[in-house]
Amino acid sequence: MSVRSEPFVGAARPVRRAATLGVWLDRQSVFSWLIMAPPLLFLAALVGYPFCYGILLSLQDRPVAHAGTFVGLKNFATNLHDPLFWRVGLNTFVYTLVATLLKMVGGLGLAVAMNQHFRMKNLVRALLLLPFIVPTVLSTVAWMWMLDPAFSVVNRLLIGLGVPRPGPSWLGNPILAIVSIIVINTWRGLPFYGITLLAGLQTVPPELYEAATIDGASGWQRFRYVTLPLLQPIILIVTLFSVIFTFADFQLVYVLTHGGPQNATQLFATYAFDIAMGAGQLGLGASIALAMFPALALLIIALTIYMRRG
Amino acid sequence: MVTGYGPVERLVRLWLPVGFFLVLALFPFYWMAITSLKPNSELYNQRIMPLVVHNPTLKHYVDLLTQTSFLTWTWNTMLVAVVSTAISLVLGVMLAYPLARMRFAGAGLIAMTVAAIYLVPQPLLFIPLADLINRLDLGNTLSAVILTYPTMLVPFCAWLLLGYFKTVPMELEEAARIDGASRLQTMRRIFLPLCTPGFISAGIFAFTLSQNEFLYALIFLTKSAVRTVPVGVIAELIRGDVFYWGQLMAGALLGSIPVALIYSFFVEHYVAGLTSGSVKG
Repeated sequence: MSVRSEPFVGAARPVRRAATLGVWLDRQSVFSWLIMAPPLLFLAALVGYPFCYGILLSLQDRPVAHAGTFVGLKNFATNLHDPLFWRVGLNTFVYTLVATLLKMVGGLGLAVAMNQHFRMKNLVRALLLLPFIVPTVLSTVAWMWMLDPAFSVVNRLLIGLGVPRPGPSWLGNPILAIVSIIVINTWRGLPFYGITLLAGLQTVPPELYEAATIDGASGWQRFRYVTLPLLQPIILIVTLFSVIFTFADFQLVYVLTHGGPQNATQLFATYAFDIAMGAGQLGLGASIALAMFPALALLIIALTIYMRRG
Repeated sequence: MVTGYGPVERLVRLWLPVGFFLVLALFPFYWMAITSLKPNSELYNQRIMPLVVHNPTLKHYVDLLTQTSFLTWTWNTMLVAVVSTAISLVLGVMLAYPLARMRFAGAGLIAMTVAAIYLVPQPLLFIPLADLINRLDLGNTLSAVILTYPTMLVPFCAWLLLGYFKTVPMELEEAARIDGASRLQTMRRIFLPLCTPGFISAGIFAFTLSQNEFLYALIFLTKSAVRTVPVGVIAELIRGDVFYWGQLMAGALLGSIPVALIYSFFVEHYVAGLTSGSVKG
């Protein structure tokens, strides 16, 4: 530090240097990237890396606790020749489509019914959201008991209404099992739809309804030509959300049916779990999970573009 | 909206549909509660009216708390939820603040990436993550889930906070900048204290999401001492083909109470977050 011998300059320089550093740090881009670095690194390590590693795994024959061998696209070819894989695809498609439609229609109904003035509305709204709040696994256990082969309360009620004993075997019959998981998924997701759409409904200016009424529109016409068009963007976003998370659902099916009976309720996520964690074939399991990716990617890109916050 | 309905029309238009949705939403919880209070002799008796409790008992609750590790699971669940929520809020702010306030090249791309990651469901990543956690030797530790839950919670908090931050006026920050505060000081001392409602919304959402998480906990936590409530209930209260329904329902109810309580205190924040998280475009 030869500068020290010249006290006058030496006193000034560090200050100026600190000031330049401060100015540099205060630049919007520098500040932004520095502060975003930790979360971005975190996401790169625990989302980006696993994602790429998953692709690598899907190209390997990789029994659990053994080293993998590269097999190219063999796992994907195995899947394409596996009738069960196609069954799983069909199940997932039916589950997603029917549950989403039910949630959409039911949610709209709920929102319209709730969009009126009445006492204790906030309490009712809070209670209606409970199925969405409570941990899925725990409420699914309650449904499992409600649909129990021997002691189902649903069947007790149905028998009371005249259905012959012992009532339907909800989780034992392949068709009824997929009906059951669709109903429970709808039960859980409907409040999310309903309350979000209700918030949308409340932003519709009352003048529009008044104008429509003056023009002679009936209740149904007001709903069809005023409410629906204004709600359309919200309906689209909520539906994309719901489709993504129904398509990749795991918990409900794992708890209620484990994919049974005879794989009638097996979805991509539960099938991938069975192959990877049950049978210990990580590579094949990863290829099944990745089979969801093309559809998910399209949905995610669509939704991301749609709700962009620029 | 339109007023002036008669009582009959009000019944048909309001109370019938709202009542229907209420019964549908709440019946499983009612059934949970009364099952947990019935003695076994009543539970498995087909002859008596099932919708009420004839001889209430707390036996299932006592058994649950004394014969299973339910309290340990509850403690684990709380610990994991609180720590991963805290981590996610801090990391979420670090992403959301620059995206909401700064102009820099690549901001749009980062915002899109964060939103996309927020929408990636866990089943897409659990197999490689399971292998990764094994290699890091984190299996059967709470760190395994504390580390992985924020992968879904950070993008979520960032996204929700980004929406909230944009509604906060800029004047105070501009004044602080003119007074010579650095960007970091402006953010920490001036801006963040204004954002408490946003933190509460994001916080309860993250908290309920981590209480609800099942897949990662199922894979990473296979010993009773480290399990969370959902995994403990599924793995240990369902023993083979024998179901202890009274205990199961008691566990399901007790496991739901923390979330329901927090939710009831902050329900307005929750609804605000729900609608802004998905709706505000």
